[in-house]
Amino acid sequence: MKPLVLTLRNKPSQRLDLSKLTPDRLLGKSAKEIETIDLATTKVAAKVGDFFKVRAGDPHELRFEGGSERLDFVGAKLLPGYAIQIEGDVGMGLGRQARGGTIKINGDAGAYVASGMTAGRIEIDCDAGDFLAAPFAGELAGMAGGRVIVRGSVGARAGDRLRRGIVVIEGDAGEDLGSRAIAGTIVLIGEASGRLGYLNKRASLVLAQRRDFGPTYVDCGAHQLAFAKLFSRALSEDSRRAARLLSQRLQRYAGDTAVYGKGEILTPA
Amino acid sequence: MSQLTRRGVRIDDSFAEAFPMAGTGLVVTAPTRKWALIAAQTATGYATSVIACDCEAGIDRELSPKETPDGRPGVRILAFGFSTKGVEKALVNRVGQCLLTCPGTAVFSAMDGDVKIKVGDSMRQFGDRWQISKAVDGKRFWRVPVMDGEFLVESQVGVVKKCVGGGNLLVMGEDWDKTMRATEAGVAAIAKVPDTITPFPGGIVRSGSKVGSKYKGMSASTNDAYCPTLRGVTKSALDPDIGCVLEIVIDGLSNEAVADAMRAAIKAIVALGPKNGAKRIGAGNYGGKLGPFHYHLKDLLS
Repeated sequence: MKPLVLTLRNKPSQRLDLSKLTPDRLLGKSAKEIETIDLATTKVAAKVGDFFKVRAGDPHELRFEGGSERLDFVGAKLLPGYAIQIEGDVGMGLGRQARGGTIKINGDAGAYVASGMTAGRIEIDCDAGDFLAAPFAGELAGMAGGRVIVRGSVGARAGDRLRRGIVVIEGDAGEDLGSRAIAGTIVLIGEASGRLGYLNKRASLVLAQRRDFGPTYVDCGAHQLAFAKLFSRALSEDSRRAARLLSQRLQRYAGDTAVYGKGEILTPA
Repeated sequence: MSQLTRRGVRIDDSFAEAFPMAGTGLVVTAPTRKWALIAAQTATGYATSVIACDCEAGIDRELSPKETPDGRPGVRILAFGFSTKGVEKALVNRVGQCLLTCPGTAVFSAMDGDVKIKVGDSMRQFGDRWQISKAVDGKRFWRVPVMDGEFLVESQVGVVKKCVGGGNLLVMGEDWDKTMRATEAGVAAIAKVPDTITPFPGGIVRSGSKVGSKYKGMSASTNDAYCPTLRGVTKSALDPDIGCVLEIVIDGLSNEAVADAMRAAIKAIVALGPKNGAKRIGAGNYGGKLGPFHYHLKDLLS
Protein backbone atom coordinates (compact mmCIF):
# COMPACT_ATOMS: atom_id res chain seq x y z
CA MET A 1 0.00 0.00 0.00
CA LYS A 2 1.11 3.55 -0.74
CA PRO A 3 2.27 5.77 2.12
CA LEU A 4 0.13 8.54 3.55
CA VAL A 5 1.57 11.80 2.24
CA LEU A 6 1.26 15.28 3.74
CA THR A 7 2.57 17.92 1.37
CA LEU A 8 3.31 21.36 2.81
CA ARG A 9 1.44 23.99 0.77
CA ASN A 10 3.55 26.98 1.77
CA LYS A 11 5.79 28.19 4.58
CA PRO A 12 3.71 28.29 7.81
CA SER A 13 3.01 31.79 9.12
CA GLN A 14 3.21 30.53 12.72
CA ARG A 15 4.56 27.57 14.69
CA LEU A 16 2.54 24.39 14.23
CA ASP A 17 2.30 21.63 16.82
CA LEU A 18 2.03 18.40 14.81
CA SER A 19 1.89 16.05 17.80
CA LYS A 20 -1.69 15.13 16.82
CA LEU A 21 -0.47 13.69 13.53
CA THR A 22 1.22 10.55 14.84
CA PRO A 23 0.48 7.72 12.41
CA ASP A 24 -1.51 5.59 14.88
CA ARG A 25 -4.02 8.42 15.28
CA LEU A 26 -4.46 8.66 11.52
CA LEU A 27 -5.37 4.99 11.04
CA GLY A 28 -8.70 4.58 9.26
CA LYS A 29 -9.08 8.29 8.56
CA SER A 30 -9.79 9.60 5.09
CA ALA A 31 -7.79 12.45 3.56
CA LYS A 32 -10.76 14.75 4.23
CA GLU A 33 -10.94 13.77 7.89
CA ILE A 34 -7.22 14.32 8.33
CA GLU A 35 -7.48 17.77 6.76
CA THR A 36 -10.06 18.82 9.34
CA ILE A 37 -7.89 17.95 12.38
CA ASP A 38 -7.24 21.06 14.50
CA LEU A 39 -3.61 21.93 15.09
CA ALA A 40 -2.22 23.70 18.11
CA THR A 41 -0.67 26.95 16.98
CA THR A 42 0.80 30.11 18.42
CA LYS A 43 -1.48 32.79 16.91
CA VAL A 44 -4.48 31.84 14.79
CA ALA A 45 -6.47 28.60 15.02
CA ALA A 46 -5.66 26.29 12.13
CA LYS A 47 -6.49 22.92 10.64
CA VAL A 48 -4.20 20.43 8.90
CA GLY A 49 -5.81 21.30 5.57
CA ASP A 50 -4.78 24.93 5.91
CA PHE A 51 -1.13 23.99 5.58
CA PHE A 52 -0.97 20.50 4.13
CA LYS A 53 -2.36 18.74 1.11
CA VAL A 54 -3.21 15.20 2.24
CA ARG A 55 -2.90 12.21 -0.06
CA ALA A 56 -4.57 9.16 1.46
CA GLY A 57 -2.50 6.06 2.09
CA ASP A 58 -1.26 3.70 4.75
CA PRO A 59 -0.35 5.69 7.90
CA HIS A 60 2.17 2.97 8.83
CA GLU A 61 4.34 4.89 6.40
CA LEU A 62 3.77 8.59 6.86
CA ARG A 63 5.58 10.96 4.54
CA PHE A 64 5.98 14.70 4.89
CA GLU A 65 6.86 16.37 1.61
CA GLY A 66 8.33 19.78 2.26
CA GLY A 67 9.41 20.91 5.70
CA SER A 68 9.89 23.99 7.77
CA GLU A 69 11.65 24.78 11.01
CA ARG A 70 8.20 25.79 12.29
CA LEU A 71 6.86 22.21 12.30
CA ASP A 72 7.13 21.12 15.93
CA PHE A 73 6.69 17.70 17.55
CA VAL A 74 6.73 15.65 14.38
CA GLY A 75 6.55 11.97 15.36
CA ALA A 76 5.90 12.71 19.03
CA LYS A 77 4.84 9.59 20.95
CA LEU A 78 5.47 7.45 17.87
CA LEU A 79 4.65 3.78 18.39
CA PRO A 80 6.49 0.64 17.23
CA GLY A 81 5.66 -0.48 13.71
CA TYR A 82 5.26 3.00 12.26
CA ALA A 83 7.66 4.92 10.05
CA ILE A 84 7.82 8.63 9.31
CA GLN A 85 9.85 10.13 6.52
CA ILE A 86 10.36 13.87 6.18
CA GLU A 87 11.63 15.64 3.07
CA GLY A 88 12.75 18.93 4.53
CA ASP A 89 13.36 20.55 7.91
CA VAL A 90 11.43 20.30 11.18
CA GLY A 91 11.23 22.40 14.31
CA MET A 92 11.62 21.34 17.92
CA GLY A 93 10.70 18.05 19.57
CA LEU A 94 11.18 15.64 16.67
CA GLY A 95 10.32 12.16 17.99
CA ARG A 96 9.65 13.50 21.47
CA GLN A 97 8.65 10.66 23.82
CA ALA A 98 8.62 8.21 20.91
CA ARG A 99 8.03 4.63 22.02
CA GLY A 100 9.24 2.91 18.87
CA GLY A 101 9.14 3.14 15.11
CA THR A 102 11.53 4.95 12.82
CA ILE A 103 11.88 8.58 11.77
CA LYS A 104 14.07 9.61 8.86
CA ILE A 105 14.58 13.22 7.90
CA ASN A 106 16.74 14.59 5.10
CA GLY A 107 16.84 18.15 6.44
CA ASP A 108 17.67 19.91 9.70
CA ALA A 109 15.88 19.31 13.01
CA GLY A 110 15.39 21.85 15.77
CA ALA A 111 15.97 21.54 19.49
CA TYR A 112 14.95 18.62 21.71
CA VAL A 113 15.16 15.84 19.14
CA ALA A 114 14.35 12.47 20.79
CA SER A 115 13.63 14.18 24.10
CA GLY A 116 12.18 11.57 26.43
CA MET A 117 12.24 8.92 23.71
CA THR A 118 12.13 5.37 25.11
CA ALA A 119 12.59 3.26 21.97
CA GLY A 120 12.81 3.61 18.22
CA ARG A 121 15.23 5.04 15.73
CA ILE A 122 15.72 8.57 14.44
CA GLU A 123 18.06 9.38 11.58
CA ILE A 124 18.80 12.99 10.65
CA ASP A 125 20.69 13.61 7.40
CA CYS A 126 21.64 17.19 8.29
CA ASP A 127 22.02 19.06 11.60
CA ALA A 128 20.09 18.99 14.88
CA GLY A 129 19.58 21.84 17.35
CA ASP A 130 20.35 22.16 21.03
CA PHE A 131 19.36 19.64 23.70
CA LEU A 132 19.38 16.54 21.53
CA ALA A 133 18.02 13.61 23.59
CA ALA A 134 17.62 15.91 26.60
CA PRO A 135 14.66 16.32 28.96
CA PHE A 136 12.29 19.26 28.98
CA ALA A 137 12.68 21.68 31.87
CA GLY A 138 11.46 19.99 35.04
CA GLU A 139 11.79 16.45 33.73
CA LEU A 140 14.28 14.16 35.42
CA ALA A 141 15.61 12.16 32.48
CA GLY A 142 16.22 12.70 28.79
CA MET A 143 16.16 9.97 26.19
CA ALA A 144 15.67 6.57 27.84
CA GLY A 145 16.18 4.16 24.95
CA GLY A 146 16.42 3.79 21.21
CA ARG A 147 18.91 5.19 18.79
CA VAL A 148 19.55 8.62 17.23
CA ILE A 149 21.92 9.09 14.31
CA VAL A 150 22.82 12.62 13.21
CA ARG A 151 24.90 12.88 10.04
CA GLY A 152 25.57 16.57 10.58
CA SER A 153 26.34 18.56 13.69
CA VAL A 154 24.34 19.15 16.84
CA GLY A 155 23.84 22.13 19.13
CA ALA A 156 24.71 22.58 22.78
CA ARG A 157 23.98 20.13 25.61
CA ALA A 158 23.37 17.10 23.41
CA GLY A 159 22.73 14.03 25.57
CA ASP A 160 21.88 16.13 28.62
CA ARG A 161 20.54 13.76 31.28
CA LEU A 162 20.61 10.92 28.77
CA ARG A 163 19.37 7.84 30.58
CA ARG A 164 19.66 4.96 28.11
CA GLY A 165 20.10 4.41 24.38
CA ILE A 166 22.66 5.35 21.79
CA VAL A 167 23.33 8.77 20.21
CA VAL A 168 25.66 8.91 17.21
CA ILE A 169 26.83 12.31 15.95
CA GLU A 170 28.93 12.20 12.79
CA GLY A 171 29.54 15.95 12.71
CA ASP A 172 30.57 18.29 15.52
CA ALA A 173 28.89 18.83 18.88
CA GLY A 174 28.10 22.14 20.54
CA GLU A 175 29.02 23.00 24.11
CA ASP A 176 28.76 20.53 26.99
CA LEU A 177 28.13 17.25 25.20
CA GLY A 178 26.74 14.63 27.59
CA SER A 179 26.22 17.04 30.45
CA ARG A 180 24.60 15.44 33.51
CA ALA A 181 24.21 12.19 31.55
CA ILE A 182 22.78 9.42 33.72
CA ALA A 183 23.77 6.48 31.48
CA GLY A 184 23.66 5.48 27.82
CA THR A 185 26.17 5.89 25.02
CA ILE A 186 27.17 8.91 22.91
CA VAL A 187 29.48 8.53 19.92
CA LEU A 188 30.99 11.70 18.42
CA ILE A 189 33.03 11.65 15.24
CA GLY A 190 33.58 15.40 14.87
CA GLU A 191 34.86 17.95 17.34
CA ALA A 192 33.45 18.84 20.73
CA SER A 193 33.59 22.10 22.61
CA GLY A 194 33.00 23.30 26.15
CA ARG A 195 32.90 20.98 29.16
CA LEU A 196 32.71 17.41 27.88
CA GLY A 197 30.65 15.02 29.98
CA TYR A 198 30.14 17.64 32.67
CA LEU A 199 28.71 15.85 35.75
CA ASN A 200 28.38 12.65 33.73
CA LYS A 201 27.21 9.88 36.07
CA ARG A 202 27.42 6.56 34.23
CA ALA A 203 27.32 7.30 30.49
CA SER A 204 29.93 6.31 27.92
CA LEU A 205 31.16 9.08 25.64
CA VAL A 206 33.09 7.70 22.69
CA LEU A 207 35.06 10.40 20.89
CA ALA A 208 36.99 10.04 17.67
CA GLN A 209 39.11 13.06 18.54
CA ARG A 210 41.20 13.35 21.64
CA ARG A 211 41.38 16.53 23.68
CA ASP A 212 41.77 17.69 27.25
CA PHE A 213 38.90 16.40 29.34
CA GLY A 214 39.71 18.42 32.45
CA PRO A 215 40.93 17.24 35.84
CA THR A 216 37.76 15.33 36.82
CA TYR A 217 38.33 12.66 34.15
CA VAL A 218 41.07 10.21 35.14
CA ASP A 219 43.11 8.08 32.75
CA CYS A 220 42.50 4.33 33.13
CA GLY A 221 44.72 3.13 30.27
CA ALA A 222 44.16 1.67 26.83
CA HIS A 223 42.07 -1.48 26.43
CA GLN A 224 40.39 -3.81 23.97
CA LEU A 225 36.83 -3.74 25.28
CA ALA A 226 34.46 -6.56 24.33
CA PHE A 227 31.47 -4.28 24.77
CA ALA A 228 32.93 -1.79 22.26
CA LYS A 229 33.25 -4.59 19.71
CA LEU A 230 29.63 -5.55 20.36
CA PHE A 231 28.52 -1.94 19.84
CA SER A 232 30.73 -1.65 16.78
CA ARG A 233 28.87 -4.54 15.20
CA ALA A 234 25.47 -3.21 16.32
CA LEU A 235 26.20 0.19 14.76
CA SER A 236 27.81 -1.08 11.55
CA GLU A 237 24.71 -0.46 9.45
CA ASP A 238 23.87 2.92 10.98
CA SER A 239 27.27 4.54 10.94
CA ARG A 240 30.39 3.00 9.48
CA ARG A 241 32.53 5.69 11.08
CA ALA A 242 31.11 4.98 14.53
CA ALA A 243 31.60 1.26 13.99
CA ARG A 244 35.23 1.76 13.00
CA LEU A 245 35.86 4.00 16.01
CA LEU A 246 34.44 1.41 18.41
CA SER A 247 36.42 -1.44 16.90
CA GLN A 248 39.70 0.16 17.94
CA ARG A 249 41.75 -0.11 21.09
CA LEU A 250 40.34 2.61 23.33
CA GLN A 251 41.85 4.82 26.00
CA ARG A 252 39.48 4.93 28.95
CA TYR A 253 39.04 8.06 31.07
CA ALA A 254 36.75 7.44 34.04
CA GLY A 255 34.54 10.27 35.21
CA ASP A 256 33.04 12.65 35.89
CA THR A 257 34.68 12.07 39.28
CA ALA A 258 33.00 15.26 40.47
CA VAL A 259 29.92 13.00 40.75
CA TYR A 260 29.90 9.15 40.73
CA GLY A 261 32.88 8.68 38.45
CA LYS A 262 31.24 5.61 36.98
CA GLY A 263 30.94 7.11 33.52
CA GLU A 264 33.72 7.18 30.96
CA ILE A 265 35.18 8.91 27.95
CA LEU A 266 36.71 6.56 25.39
CA THR A 267 39.05 7.75 22.64
CA PRO A 268 41.32 5.89 20.22
CA ALA A 269 44.50 4.91 22.04
CA MET B 1 13.41 -58.86 16.47
CA SER B 2 12.40 -58.12 12.90
CA GLN B 3 15.08 -56.22 11.09
CA LEU B 4 15.75 -54.22 7.96
CA THR B 5 19.10 -54.31 6.25
CA ARG B 6 20.87 -51.39 4.66
CA ARG B 7 24.24 -51.99 2.95
CA GLY B 8 24.66 -55.07 5.06
CA VAL B 9 23.98 -53.22 8.33
CA ARG B 10 21.02 -54.60 10.25
CA ILE B 11 18.56 -51.96 11.50
CA ASP B 12 16.32 -53.00 14.38
CA ASP B 13 12.59 -52.39 14.04
CA SER B 14 12.76 -50.44 17.27
CA PHE B 15 12.54 -46.87 18.47
CA ALA B 16 14.40 -44.43 20.70
CA GLU B 17 12.32 -43.06 23.53
CA ALA B 18 13.09 -39.51 24.61
CA PHE B 19 11.93 -37.07 27.25
CA PRO B 20 10.95 -33.40 27.43
CA MET B 21 13.61 -31.10 28.83
CA ALA B 22 14.22 -27.39 29.20
CA GLY B 23 17.11 -26.24 27.07
CA THR B 24 19.19 -23.13 26.80
CA GLY B 25 22.32 -21.99 25.06
CA LEU B 26 25.18 -19.55 25.23
CA VAL B 27 27.51 -18.06 22.70
CA VAL B 28 30.92 -17.86 24.31
CA THR B 29 33.51 -15.70 22.58
CA ALA B 30 37.17 -15.00 23.27
CA PRO B 31 40.05 -13.15 21.61
CA THR B 32 41.27 -16.43 20.08
CA ARG B 33 39.62 -19.65 18.93
CA LYS B 34 41.81 -21.54 21.38
CA TRP B 35 40.42 -19.72 24.40
CA ALA B 36 36.85 -19.81 23.14
CA LEU B 37 37.16 -23.60 22.94
CA ILE B 38 38.80 -23.86 26.36
CA ALA B 39 35.97 -21.80 27.83
CA ALA B 40 33.28 -23.88 26.14
CA GLN B 41 34.86 -27.20 27.08
CA THR B 42 35.29 -26.17 30.69
CA ALA B 43 31.74 -24.83 30.97
CA THR B 44 30.26 -28.05 29.56
CA GLY B 45 32.36 -30.39 31.70
CA TYR B 46 30.79 -32.93 34.10
CA ALA B 47 27.44 -32.56 32.34
CA THR B 48 26.76 -35.97 30.81
CA SER B 49 23.49 -36.97 32.39
CA VAL B 50 20.98 -35.28 34.65
CA ILE B 51 20.94 -38.46 36.76
CA ALA B 52 23.77 -36.96 38.79
CA CYS B 53 24.95 -33.82 36.98
CA ASP B 54 23.18 -30.47 37.28
CA CYS B 55 22.49 -30.43 33.54
CA GLU B 56 23.40 -32.08 30.26
CA ALA B 57 25.63 -29.80 28.25
CA GLY B 58 27.83 -29.83 25.22
CA ILE B 59 29.20 -27.89 22.30
CA ASP B 60 26.71 -27.36 19.49
CA ARG B 61 29.19 -25.83 17.06
CA GLU B 62 32.03 -23.41 16.58
CA LEU B 63 31.21 -19.93 15.30
CA SER B 64 33.39 -17.84 13.03
CA PRO B 65 34.06 -14.20 14.02
CA LYS B 66 31.44 -13.17 11.44
CA GLU B 67 28.72 -15.12 13.28
CA THR B 68 29.31 -13.82 16.81
CA PRO B 69 27.79 -10.64 18.30
CA ASP B 70 31.21 -9.10 19.07
CA GLY B 71 33.12 -10.27 16.02
CA ARG B 72 35.46 -12.59 17.90
CA PRO B 73 35.82 -16.38 17.54
CA GLY B 74 33.07 -18.15 19.45
CA VAL B 75 31.45 -21.42 20.42
CA ARG B 76 27.76 -22.15 20.82
CA ILE B 77 27.07 -24.37 23.79
CA LEU B 78 23.74 -25.91 24.80
CA ALA B 79 22.57 -27.03 28.23
CA PHE B 80 19.52 -29.09 29.11
CA GLY B 81 17.80 -29.76 32.43
CA PHE B 82 14.53 -31.09 33.81
CA SER B 83 13.16 -27.63 34.57
CA THR B 84 13.76 -23.98 33.73
CA LYS B 85 14.75 -23.38 37.36
CA GLY B 86 17.20 -26.26 37.27
CA VAL B 87 18.79 -25.03 34.07
CA GLU B 88 19.06 -21.50 35.48
CA LYS B 89 20.87 -22.70 38.59
CA ALA B 90 23.22 -24.90 36.59
CA LEU B 91 23.97 -22.17 34.08
CA VAL B 92 24.62 -19.47 36.65
CA ASN B 93 27.04 -21.76 38.51
CA ARG B 94 28.79 -22.75 35.31
CA VAL B 95 29.08 -19.19 33.98
CA GLY B 96 30.32 -18.03 37.37
CA GLN B 97 32.93 -20.74 37.84
CA CYS B 98 33.97 -21.54 34.27
CA LEU B 99 33.37 -18.48 32.09
CA LEU B 100 33.76 -15.49 34.40
CA THR B 101 37.06 -17.08 35.42
CA CYS B 102 38.23 -17.91 31.90
CA PRO B 103 40.59 -15.28 30.40
CA GLY B 104 39.14 -13.14 27.61
CA THR B 105 35.64 -14.54 27.44
CA ALA B 106 32.33 -12.80 26.80
CA VAL B 107 28.96 -14.53 27.15
CA PHE B 108 25.85 -14.00 25.03
CA SER B 109 22.44 -15.63 24.90
CA ALA B 110 22.27 -18.07 22.00
CA MET B 111 18.49 -17.92 21.58
CA ASP B 112 15.43 -15.82 22.37
CA GLY B 113 13.58 -18.81 23.81
CA ASP B 114 10.15 -19.03 25.48
CA VAL B 115 11.22 -17.56 28.83
CA LYS B 116 14.27 -15.73 30.12
CA ILE B 117 16.60 -16.70 32.92
CA LYS B 118 18.93 -14.35 34.75
CA VAL B 119 22.55 -15.06 33.97
CA GLY B 120 24.40 -11.74 33.75
CA ASP B 121 21.99 -10.30 36.29
CA SER B 122 23.20 -12.93 38.77
CA MET B 123 26.83 -12.34 37.89
CA ARG B 124 27.01 -8.56 37.98
CA GLN B 125 27.52 -8.21 41.71
CA PHE B 126 30.97 -9.68 41.30
CA GLY B 127 31.79 -6.19 40.02
CA ASP B 128 31.35 -4.80 43.54
CA ARG B 129 29.47 -1.76 42.22
CA TRP B 130 32.06 -1.10 39.51
CA GLN B 131 29.94 -3.06 37.01
CA ILE B 132 28.45 -1.09 34.13
CA SER B 133 25.19 -1.87 32.34
CA LYS B 134 25.00 -1.36 28.57
CA ALA B 135 21.84 -1.78 26.53
CA VAL B 136 21.76 -2.23 22.78
CA ASP B 137 19.02 -3.48 20.44
CA GLY B 138 16.72 -4.38 23.34
CA LYS B 139 19.32 -6.48 25.10
CA ARG B 140 21.16 -5.61 28.26
CA PHE B 141 24.76 -6.50 28.99
CA TRP B 142 26.93 -6.20 32.06
CA ARG B 143 30.53 -5.11 31.93
CA VAL B 144 32.17 -6.58 34.99
CA PRO B 145 35.73 -5.37 35.64
CA VAL B 146 38.16 -8.29 35.99
CA MET B 147 41.93 -8.57 36.03
CA ASP B 148 42.35 -8.98 32.24
CA GLY B 149 39.93 -6.18 31.38
CA GLU B 150 36.18 -6.64 31.37
CA PHE B 151 33.90 -9.66 31.48
CA LEU B 152 30.95 -8.92 29.19
CA VAL B 153 27.84 -10.97 29.94
CA GLU B 154 24.28 -10.73 28.67
CA SER B 155 21.83 -10.02 31.48
CA GLN B 156 19.26 -12.61 30.46
CA VAL B 157 19.41 -15.82 28.46
CA GLY B 158 16.52 -17.48 26.64
CA VAL B 159 15.21 -20.93 27.56
CA VAL B 160 13.31 -23.19 25.17
CA LYS B 161 10.81 -25.18 27.20
CA LYS B 162 9.98 -27.96 24.76
CA CYS B 163 13.35 -29.55 24.16
CA VAL B 164 14.10 -33.23 23.77
CA GLY B 165 16.58 -35.21 25.85
CA GLY B 166 17.63 -38.79 25.40
CA GLY B 167 17.39 -39.48 21.68
CA ASN B 168 19.73 -42.42 21.20
CA LEU B 169 21.28 -45.04 18.97
CA LEU B 170 22.86 -48.35 19.96
CA VAL B 171 25.75 -49.12 17.67
CA MET B 172 26.69 -52.81 17.64
CA GLY B 173 29.74 -54.32 16.03
CA GLU B 174 32.18 -57.18 16.03
CA ASP B 175 34.79 -55.64 18.31
CA TRP B 176 35.67 -52.40 20.10
CA ASP B 177 37.75 -50.92 17.28
CA LYS B 178 35.17 -51.43 14.55
CA THR B 179 32.24 -50.39 16.72
CA MET B 180 34.11 -47.29 17.85
CA ARG B 181 34.92 -46.38 14.25
CA ALA B 182 31.23 -46.52 13.33
CA THR B 183 30.10 -44.68 16.46
CA GLU B 184 32.65 -41.92 15.97
CA ALA B 185 31.38 -41.49 12.42
CA GLY B 186 27.86 -41.16 13.81
CA VAL B 187 28.92 -38.56 16.39
CA ALA B 188 30.81 -36.59 13.73
CA ALA B 189 27.66 -36.53 11.59
CA ILE B 190 25.58 -35.28 14.53
CA ALA B 191 28.10 -32.52 15.23
CA LYS B 192 27.09 -30.99 11.90
CA VAL B 193 23.37 -30.96 12.81
CA PRO B 194 22.47 -27.61 14.41
CA ASP B 195 20.68 -27.39 17.77
CA THR B 196 21.88 -30.79 19.00
CA ILE B 197 24.55 -32.02 21.38
CA THR B 198 25.92 -35.41 22.40
CA PRO B 199 26.69 -34.83 26.07
CA PHE B 200 28.66 -37.98 26.91
CA PRO B 201 32.47 -38.30 26.66
CA GLY B 202 33.30 -37.80 23.00
CA GLY B 203 29.56 -38.10 22.40
CA ILE B 204 29.60 -41.79 23.30
CA VAL B 205 28.38 -43.79 26.32
CA ARG B 206 29.33 -47.40 27.00
CA SER B 207 27.33 -47.94 30.19
CA GLY B 208 23.78 -48.09 28.88
CA SER B 209 21.34 -48.71 31.70
CA LYS B 210 18.05 -50.45 32.28
CA VAL B 211 15.36 -49.43 34.75
CA GLY B 212 15.65 -51.14 38.16
CA SER B 213 18.27 -53.25 39.89
CA LYS B 214 18.67 -56.34 42.05
CA TYR B 215 19.87 -54.00 44.79
CA LYS B 216 17.32 -52.17 46.86
CA GLY B 217 17.09 -48.44 46.20
CA MET B 218 18.99 -48.42 42.93
CA SER B 219 16.75 -47.11 40.20
CA ALA B 220 19.00 -47.98 37.29
CA SER B 221 21.67 -50.59 36.60
CA THR B 222 23.70 -52.00 33.74
CA ASN B 223 21.73 -53.02 30.66
CA ASP B 224 22.75 -56.69 30.85
CA ALA B 225 20.79 -57.58 27.71
CA TYR B 226 23.35 -55.56 25.74
CA CYS B 227 26.49 -56.58 27.64
CA PRO B 228 28.51 -58.83 25.30
CA THR B 229 30.28 -60.67 28.14
CA LEU B 230 26.91 -61.83 29.52
CA ARG B 231 25.55 -63.06 26.20
CA GLY B 232 25.29 -66.66 27.33
CA VAL B 233 24.11 -66.20 30.89
CA THR B 234 21.43 -63.51 30.58
CA LYS B 235 18.43 -62.93 28.35
CA SER B 236 20.63 -61.26 25.79
CA ALA B 237 19.53 -58.99 22.95
CA LEU B 238 22.80 -59.57 21.14
CA ASP B 239 23.49 -61.79 18.17
CA PRO B 240 26.51 -64.13 18.12
CA ASP B 241 28.45 -61.74 15.87
CA ILE B 242 28.21 -58.77 18.22
CA GLY B 243 31.15 -58.20 20.55
CA CYS B 244 30.73 -54.54 21.51
CA VAL B 245 27.88 -52.07 21.93
CA LEU B 246 28.25 -48.29 22.14
CA GLU B 247 25.46 -45.77 22.55
CA ILE B 248 25.09 -42.23 21.24
CA VAL B 249 22.79 -40.04 23.34
CA ILE B 250 21.38 -36.89 21.73
CA ASP B 251 19.78 -33.82 23.29
CA GLY B 252 18.22 -31.26 21.01
CA LEU B 253 16.33 -28.00 21.07
CA SER B 254 13.46 -29.52 19.09
CA ASN B 255 11.92 -32.82 18.05
CA GLU B 256 13.03 -32.21 14.47
CA ALA B 257 16.63 -31.47 15.47
CA VAL B 258 16.93 -34.79 17.32
CA ALA B 259 15.32 -36.70 14.45
CA ASP B 260 17.71 -35.01 12.00
CA ALA B 261 20.67 -35.90 14.19
CA MET B 262 19.64 -39.56 14.41
CA ARG B 263 19.05 -39.66 10.66
CA ALA B 264 22.50 -38.19 9.99
CA ALA B 265 24.19 -40.63 12.37
CA ILE B 266 22.44 -43.69 10.89
CA LYS B 267 23.41 -42.56 7.41
CA ALA B 268 27.07 -42.20 8.40
CA ILE B 269 27.15 -45.55 10.20
CA VAL B 270 25.46 -47.37 7.34
CA ALA B 271 27.83 -45.75 4.84
CA LEU B 272 30.77 -47.30 6.68
CA GLY B 273 29.35 -50.80 6.15
CA PRO B 274 29.55 -53.90 8.41
CA LYS B 275 33.08 -54.97 7.50
CA ASN B 276 34.92 -52.03 9.04
CA GLY B 277 32.11 -50.61 11.14
CA ALA B 278 28.89 -51.65 12.79
CA LYS B 279 26.91 -54.76 11.99
CA ARG B 280 23.72 -53.63 13.62
CA ILE B 281 21.97 -50.45 14.80
CA GLY B 282 19.39 -50.44 17.57
CA ALA B 283 17.76 -47.91 19.88
CA GLY B 284 16.94 -47.75 23.57
CA ASN B 285 13.44 -47.44 24.91
CA TYR B 286 11.38 -48.28 27.98
CA GLY B 287 8.43 -49.77 26.15
CA GLY B 288 7.18 -46.40 25.02
CA LYS B 289 5.28 -45.56 28.20
CA LEU B 290 7.74 -43.18 29.87
CA GLY B 291 8.77 -40.70 27.22
CA PRO B 292 6.50 -38.82 24.83
CA PHE B 293 9.03 -38.67 21.97
CA HIS B 294 9.48 -41.84 19.91
CA TYR B 295 11.99 -42.05 17.08
CA HIS B 296 11.41 -45.18 14.98
CA LEU B 297 14.60 -46.20 13.21
CA LYS B 298 12.74 -47.35 10.10
CA ASP B 299 11.38 -43.79 9.68
CA LEU B 300 14.88 -42.35 9.85
CA LEU B 301 16.40 -44.34 6.98
CA SER B 302 17.11 -41.97 4.15
